[in-house]
Amino acid sequence: MSPMTMSVFDELNRMRREMDRLQVVERSPRWGFPFSRVSFLPGRAARSYPLMNISEDADNIRVEALAPGIDPESLDISIAGDQLTVTGEKLALSEAIAPEMIHRNERASGRFLRSVTLPTEVDSKKIEASYKDGLLKVTLPKAEAAKPRKIKVNIS
Amino acid sequence: MAAEKTTPDANIEVASNMGEDTTLATREETQFMSPPVDIFETDEGLMVLADLPGVTNDDVDIQVEDYLLTIKGKTSYSPNPDLIHDEFRLLNFFRQFKLGNEVDQERISARVKNGVLTVNLPKAEKIKPRRIAVNVE
Repeated sequence: MSPMTMSVFDELNRMRREMDRLQVVERSPRWGFPFSRVSFLPGRAARSYPLMNISEDADNIRVEALAPGIDPESLDISIAGDQLTVTGEKLALSEAIAPEMIHRNERASGRFLRSVTLPTEVDSKKIEASYKDGLLKVTLPKAEAAKPRKIKVNIS
Repeated sequence: MAAEKTTPDANIEVASNMGEDTTLATREETQFMSPPVDIFETDEGLMVLADLPGVTNDDVDIQVEDYLLTIKGKTSYSPNPDLIHDEFRLLNFFRQFKLGNEVDQERISARVKNGVLTVNLPKAEKIKPRRIAVNVE
């Protein structure tokens, strides 16, 4: 194989890596990624709903979900092992409103379900959740076994 | 309700995009999100619903001036510093709608609940439909 063909394959490999990287970016929209006007809506957005920020410190995992206008009665959070599942319903405009009376309908609605895998096991008895101003916040204390432990190094 | 604006001042955005000195510009003045809205008509007037997550009753600013409805929402949410999974940020919200002259600007009311803003725009009395009896002889 001549050096010429080698470099062609190198170039193809580089392009493939680049494409993989782009796909990853697409799957995990981040800050800086052009956020769409309707990015936090169910149904119309072709991505997970609700959007979630997850943070972790030594004792807790905190999940924050962007979910305005959810019927609080319908919100349901369950945990099985390290799987957190959030379901609920965003209410649609009342059926009593005749379609010809609706000028704009950009806020999508409907039932949703999202499951996320948490990085560690959590203590399912001590989970706290609150829903305020359209933000769902769940605090999940880590299971004792999953907490980081300091190990003393004996220096002889 | 046809015309609308989604950023407060086009010049501000251009300035920040052109790479000019924006060190003095705060986040509040340069970056906005446009909330999705539902607008529908009732017998009494128009209802505007807007998704404003992270915005409380005190942080929402509704103005009506010269038949222009301005919705501004200030969000205080910022994510925890030790994020391991990062999907959203919230900016301040801004959106404007042109109102027809059939809205009674004095009686507009608004409230925020669960991150959804409801603006009630009552119709002016003289515009409300009136039944006119037809005398048949």
